Amino acid sequence: MNEKTFEYLLRLADDRLILGHRLSELCAHAPILEEDIALANIGLDCIGQAKFLYEVAAELEGKNRTPDDIVYFREAIAYKNLLLVEQPNGDFAQTIVRQFLYDSFGILLFDKLQNSSFVPLAGIAQKAVKEIRYHYRHSSQWLLRLGDGTEESHQRTQEALNNLWKFTDEIFLSDETENLLTEEGIAVRSSSLKEEWLKIVTELITKATLSIPESGVKVYKGGREGKHSEHLGHLLAEMQIVARSYPEIQW
Amino acid sequence: MIEKSENIASLEEQFNQRIANGETIEPNDWMPEKYRKQLVRLISQHAHSEIIGMLPEGNWITRAPSLRRKLALLAKVQDEAGHGHYLYSSAETLGTSREEMFDQLHEGKAKYSSIFNYPTLSWADMGMIGWLVDGAAIINQTTMAKCSYGPYSRALIRICKEENFHKKQGMEIIATLIASGEKGKAMVQESFTRFWWPTLMMFGPHDSNSPNSADMMKWKIKLKSNDELRQRFIDMTVDQALAWELRIPDDKLKFNETTRSWETGEIDWEEFNAVINGSGPCNHERLEARRNAHDNGKWVRDAARAFEEKQRLKNKSAA
Amino acid sequence: MSESKNDQLDLWEVFIQESDNSPHQHAGSIRAADAETAIQNARDVFARRGKTKNMWVVKSEHIIATKPEDIPSFFDQASDKVYRHPQFYKHTLDDELWKKP
Repeated sequence: MNEKTFEYLLRLADDRLILGHRLSELCAHAPILEEDIALANIGLDCIGQAKFLYEVAAELEGKNRTPDDIVYFREAIAYKNLLLVEQPNGDFAQTIVRQFLYDSFGILLFDKLQNSSFVPLAGIAQKAVKEIRYHYRHSSQWLLRLGDGTEESHQRTQEALNNLWKFTDEIFLSDETENLLTEEGIAVRSSSLKEEWLKIVTELITKATLSIPESGVKVYKGGREGKHSEHLGHLLAEMQIVARSYPEIQW
Repeated sequence: MIEKSENIASLEEQFNQRIANGETIEPNDWMPEKYRKQLVRLISQHAHSEIIGMLPEGNWITRAPSLRRKLALLAKVQDEAGHGHYLYSSAETLGTSREEMFDQLHEGKAKYSSIFNYPTLSWADMGMIGWLVDGAAIINQTTMAKCSYGPYSRALIRICKEENFHKKQGMEIIATLIASGEKGKAMVQESFTRFWWPTLMMFGPHDSNSPNSADMMKWKIKLKSNDELRQRFIDMTVDQALAWELRIPDDKLKFNETTRSWETGEIDWEEFNAVINGSGPCNHERLEARRNAHDNGKWVRDAARAFEEKQRLKNKSAA
Repeated sequence: MSESKNDQLDLWEVFIQESDNSPHQHAGSIRAADAETAIQNARDVFARRGKTKNMWVVKSEHIIATKPEDIPSFFDQASDKVYRHPQFYKHTLDDELWKKP
């Protein structure tokens, strides 16, 4: 069971880390100075949550690995994050849509994880859900502004939605690990969140005068098994280069 | 006409008296045009330095070698955005908009700290910026926090608190690298050698070559001379460098027993002037990055305004 | 689009209350196109360190301030009205009256 819980914690942590890393790439390049500060805040929350999750995972694993060992010395195929969060920042519309699609799921997930029978996870979720509620407020408000702003912003946002929507199926695929842990009261079956999530995002997307793209494609999955898009390898190459170049140095 | 200039003369006399009494000047108070102009120049340069300064450090956020360092660096660069923000706001109280200041920056007409036109080439540079660059900035800013203009002084007090934490963070990076052995130490030395002279240049030209100094001193928008502040920095930093057993890249460096001060060789002023006037190693890249962020963000700002406009019209027709 | 001549969002003033019972104090200003974004930006810029209990944002153009030349007529008047100051009542406090139940 510990092995499965470790795996589950990794998934949650990798989602948060990779999304946070993407946001950190934008630091100093945002469209408004105020937004530089906001995106950095959200990135800091994501990476902070990841760090807590890795700490719990490392302890549970009991192999004397630190969170940094897990983050900096792991290959892309061993990363278990969703494909959605590793997608590049693109323009501001793409960044906001990616964030919105994750946050609307994150709120539901971490809200339920507050009741996890695995106490350390419940503790992290309690803090995380507050932060993600704020992230959601930020991303959903921007979605409205971009969708119902100018013709150009509408078009860009619809394009971003068309591009990213195909990665949302994967969020709600529950596998054996998740099912088993859900029965133990440790995890939350993501498939059980889909209906509510769809209701929330449909309402917001409609309010933003945007439309939900045709669904049906089912090939965009595999993150939970380490089968990623090509983007993740490059992201990790950059993230890990210093740590791997000098394994003997203490940072 | 004569009456008017007499009037101004008397206002200016009152103004000078207020400064001499140690009063702070607030946005709506009468002030000489030159005072206003010098302040806008000074504060906007400082604001631009914070914003441009995000780039050389932002360059390493994605490569920070541990989660702790990654969080700390991202938070630090975010603080710099915050500092730029406070500073633009305080310059705006003088009647120049952030947009105008951005335009000047993007057109290459505004100056900012020369140090940010140098590249960051190794992780040790993140420590060096904290220790040397923020260290130099703190010396400047704690002095300037006592300046005569209220909004600038208040912004600086807030900024100084955070800069101290940045400097500690930088020194911790260096200390940790040095403690971790030969490779870490070599990385620090290489970085220190690159940063030493450019950091000394941050304090600006010799007082004899600093054209605006006299007026600015009289109006308390400059409180110590460039050379005085530079010397204070040198005396503090040389001792720290020696404690870390770092080699200082200056053959002429020697301790003067009489003045109890370190004397350095001459700064390469040709390099300083080139960097200040747009020909430093990264001037082009820094401005281009800022211009791109601003230009690529235009449609976002337009959308935000258009949305607000639509909502306002909607509320109006509903009422 | 509003009165911004160029590519600039509106200016808002931010007031922060740090704890129950403490007054809202001016923290600074931010730029935003509307109230919701203004309050989010204010939170990110001014409330990321330290305690914040409550926050106000108000468009800068809605703030009316006194001018330097108003000082004599607005604020100097109180000095000859001693009854407005607590010291005026000092004697009454020491009075026998005060001590009686």
